[in-house]
Order: sequence, then C-alpha cells, then structure tokens
Amino acid sequence: MHDMRRPTAHRLSTALHARPRLRLYGLLSLPLLWMFGVYLVSLAMLLVTAFWTTDPFTSKVIPGFTTRNFENILTTSSYLNTAGRTVGIAFLVTLLCAVFALPLGIFMAKVASARWRNFLAMAITLPLWAGYLVKVFAMRISFGENGPVNWLLDPFGLSGPGYGLPAVVLTLTYLWFPFMALPVYTAIRQIPPNLFDAASDLGAGTWRVIRTVVLPLLMPAMIAGSVFTFSLSMGDFIGTQFVGAKVQMLGTVINQNVNLNPPLAAALSVIPIVAVGLYLFAVRRTGALKEL
Amino acid sequence: MRSPTTLTPSPAEVGAVPGSGLAISLRGVSKHFGETVAVRDLDLDIARGELFSMLGPSGSGKTTMLRLIAGFERPTSGRILLGGTDVTHKAPFDRDVNTVFQDYALFPHMSVADNVGYGLSVRRVPRVERRRLVREALERVRLEQFTARLPSQLSGGQRQRVALARALVLRPTVLLLDEPLGALDRKLREQMQIELKEIQRAVGITFVLVTHDQDEALTMSDRVAVFHEGQIEQVGPPAEVYERPATSFVAGFLGAANIIEADQAADLFGRPELLSIRPEKLRVVQERDVVDAIAVSGVVAEVVYSGPATTYIVEVRPGLTLMATRPSAEGAAHVSAPQRGDVVQVTCAAADLYPIPSNTP
Repeated sequence: MHDMRRPTAHRLSTALHARPRLRLYGLLSLPLLWMFGVYLVSLAMLLVTAFWTTDPFTSKVIPGFTTRNFENILTTSSYLNTAGRTVGIAFLVTLLCAVFALPLGIFMAKVASARWRNFLAMAITLPLWAGYLVKVFAMRISFGENGPVNWLLDPFGLSGPGYGLPAVVLTLTYLWFPFMALPVYTAIRQIPPNLFDAASDLGAGTWRVIRTVVLPLLMPAMIAGSVFTFSLSMGDFIGTQFVGAKVQMLGTVINQNVNLNPPLAAALSVIPIVAVGLYLFAVRRTGALKEL
Repeated sequence: MRSPTTLTPSPAEVGAVPGSGLAISLRGVSKHFGETVAVRDLDLDIARGELFSMLGPSGSGKTTMLRLIAGFERPTSGRILLGGTDVTHKAPFDRDVNTVFQDYALFPHMSVADNVGYGLSVRRVPRVERRRLVREALERVRLEQFTARLPSQLSGGQRQRVALARALVLRPTVLLLDEPLGALDRKLREQMQIELKEIQRAVGITFVLVTHDQDEALTMSDRVAVFHEGQIEQVGPPAEVYERPATSFVAGFLGAANIIEADQAADLFGRPELLSIRPEKLRVVQERDVVDAIAVSGVVAEVVYSGPATTYIVEVRPGLTLMATRPSAEGAAHVSAPQRGDVVQVTCAAADLYPIPSNTP
C-alpha cells in the first residue's frame, strides 16, 4: 500500500486523525495523571491523616478513626482565635490590595503615557521574579528597629509598627499585591474608553463614573484577584514568622505541629481549606467566576 | 438648568439667549493634536431645531468637531457657544448636550432601563418620575418590551435605539450623533434614517449628525456641512450642496461627478472653466438628436450594471472618460442599449454643465 512507505510519524498522525477519542486521551493523560495522582491523592491523604492519632510519648502516628483532633480544635479557644485572626488578616490583606490596585490601575490604564505604563507594569511584576524568602527578609529588615521604615518616619517624630500584626498585614499585602493589581489593571484597560465619555456625557462626575461604571465592570477582576490574595494569605506562615513577632496564624500553628503531631496539623489544615472553599462558594454566587 | 421633564426649554434657558435662535455657534475653533491640525479656524452656526449634518471622509475633522462640541476635547483656540452661552471650558457633564456614540457605548452591566435612566438618576430625578420618563423614551424608540434586557441581548439596531433613548430622555438642547447608523446593515440603515428624522421632528431638538455617508446626509439633513482637511468647504441645504457644489472636492464627494478641468472643458464644450456634471444629467445616445444643445462623441469603454441604474463610461478623448448613468429600465437589457466598443454621443443641456466657483474655499 502507498501508506506503508510513509514515515512512522506521518502514519501515527493519520491514525490519530481517524480516532478523535484517542487524540483526546493523549492530550489529557498527563494533566489528569497530575491532578489525580499528585494533587487529589495528597489532599485525600491529608484528610485521612486528620482522623488519626499520635502517641504522646513517642510522637508515633497511629492510624485509626477518631474525631478527637477536630474536637480538640473546636474546644481550644487559642486555636479558634488563631483561625479567626487568620481569616481576618486574609480579608484585610485582600481589601488593602484592592484599595491600592484600583487607583494604580486607573492611573496606568487611563492617565499614564505608554512609557510610564510599561514601567509600572514591570514594577508590579518584578517582585514576582524575586524569591519569596528574599522578599520576606527584605520586609523584616524594613520593619526592624533600625530599619528604613523607622528611619523614614523618625524626622516626623513617628515610628513604624515594628514586628507584629500590622507588619504581617503589610508584608502579606506587599507579597500578594501583583495578583490583584494585574487583573485589575487589565480589566480597566478592557473597558471601552467611550463608556467613560458616555457616562460623562450623561452628566456623571468622576466619582460617580468610578462607582457606577468602573467598579461594577471591575468586580470580576477584583474577585479573581481576591481569590489569590485571600487563599495565599490563609496559607502563609513564613512571612508571619519573619515579621509577626508573637503573632500566630494557622500556618504557623500547623508548621509547629507538622513533626510533633501530624494528625493535628492535618486537622488544622482543614480550616483554611474550608475557609477558601466557603470564599469560593460565596464568590461563585456573584457569578464572577464565570469570567475567569 | 434644564428640566428633563418638559419638552420646551425652561424660561431660564430661553432667557440666556434673548432673541437668538442659535443652538450652536463656533467661533474660530481650531484643534491641534501635536503637529496634526484636525480642525482649522472654523466658524459655524447651527439653528435650534435643525437637523444638521457634518459630512466628510475619515480624517476630515468632523468627529473632532463633534467631540469639541460635546466637551470630550478642548479646542486649541476659538470659542464654542451653546444656546448663546460660552461653554468652551466646561466639562461634558456641564453641557446641555448629549451624544449617541458610534458604537453606542451602552453600559454592558446595566439593563436597558438602567442605561436609559442613567442620566436621570445622575440628576436625582425621583424614582417614579424616572420610571415614567424611561418608559416614554423607550416607547418612542419602540423598545418598551426590552426594559429588563442587557445590551448584549439586543441586536445592533435595538442597541442603537437604546443609545438614542438614553440621550433623548434628558431633553438636551443639542443631540450629537456620531455615525449613528454606520454599524447597521443597509436596509435597517435606510429605515432608521427615516425614523431618526421623524423622532427629531417630534421632539424638536437640534440634531447634529456626523457621517461619511453622503446618502445619509442628503436624505436626512436640513443643512449639510462638507468637511475636508479640517475645514468646511461648503454649508447649505442638501439640494444646494449637491446641485451647486462650491468646490471640486464637494462635487466629487457628494455623489458621482464628472469633473472637467478648464483646458479640457474648452476643448470639449468651448467653455474654458472648471466644470462639474452629474452622470445622471448626461445621456448616451447612438445618434445625436436635437434635444440637447451639447454633444461629444466617444467610445463606450465600460458598461456597469448596478440594478436600478446602468453606468456608461465613455472615452471622449484619449485618457479622458465621462460617466453617464441612466435607469436600467431603458438601459442594459434594452435591445438598442449601447454596448462596449460602440461609438456614441454623450449629450446634455447647456445648463447642466455646472461651473465650480473656485477650487479653494
């Protein structure tokens, strides 16, 4: 047959062309293997571990089924306080990111010249290129006793917040800001310019245009960004350890128990998972996820 | 301030322009964008209640002029008066002007009713009153069943009418329309031309229409201004601009025209002046009859059939052709119709040869 003399690659292509289903499996096998094999299985293992126990003397993990870890968390006020604090910090960080991203995005998309726009876009993304530890360490230096924050505020008779809750919030805001700023900036650029003209033409001043046109159209982008800022804040522990002084977040508590009491750490990990899940559920109801 | 609830201008508004019937006055308006001059030292008066068209090719300055009147751009020099009041330095939201944008600029996240009611809620019109005015405006454009729809759920023609209702509901002194029918297909466009004119007559608001479509300008307007390179070449009623073009640009831009340079005109017709003659005024005949005073012989170079009319391109001198149009009923299908290559006479009445006054405005 004529086909037999063709190279193997070509025959393979011909075979695939005739079998769309095989093509689909070929395309999806690798990502599916990753999703199920690595992602979901490890998550399932975590959940299973949460129902195990630890021998208090040997720290040896004993498989079994007990809800004691969860009861322990729900009845210990320090765990509940930490959970509440973590959710609060995540909300605050998300809010601050949004508050900074909106005017910056409007400036970049509507006011700045092309050069400024590119410069700022680079300035926003550049920190993403630096290692996480580098940035956290930089923030630790910034908020230190003799750090630049105090040095800058000193002439005004002020001093920085030092290590503690405000430093944690500011550090996390700094870390996750690009995840909010980029979608917001992109969304503002996508608003047709004549909508601004139209609103102004119908009598709306700047604030009303922002409130009635810009913000509603940015909601999907802001929510998309907030999913990142919220969930990343929920899971952070290194930033808190570097600049938080005695501040505990869920991440730090989990980190402390990873070796001592893995089942308790696993049970604690369920809290951020549930919180992010609830957040996504609430967000889904606004319809914003459809635009992702 | 105007009241959006009444049709007639408020006494205060009338008082601002004692005895003046002018909706818009432009005095020496220029607009430069860097090195480019978009509008050059322009004077223009538009009367109240007029349907005025700014016609020109793209880049002729007509859209810039509209944006200057709306307030989206500030003129480099000159003054803009609306109803006798100088608004040169006022923001768009402080001008008694509303705009229908080329691509409608409807708010995508608002329903039809909220789009139309936007300007009213900015002006703090009470809810009940607002709802009544929105319904009235939507009835006028025959969209009353679509109040709850989002713009994305409407057709192009419906969106266009929402944009119109949104601007009209505020009862501005002047309504600016930027290529309002440009995005519609031909049939809908022709229907909307008539509808827009009816609405304009009914509400009595001054309409200023920006268009590059000469048919649209001729069909709809009370007066037309022909823009070319940032200047107005001619202003006048459609018939005047079409029949007596002031410049060869106007003659060529409004409909087809045979523009004949002075030396060629001397050779062909014995009249050494720049002449324009419309193709529909020229007749193509096999043999000269006595009806027309003027006749030139030539060879049919091309026959272009376009439905209702047939155009003959006749070479009357080497390299010089004349265009003649005649209704198809007596044209291509007819047995005696001239064919490509035929020797014919191109004839017309002496009065149909129109001398263009000057080539610079």
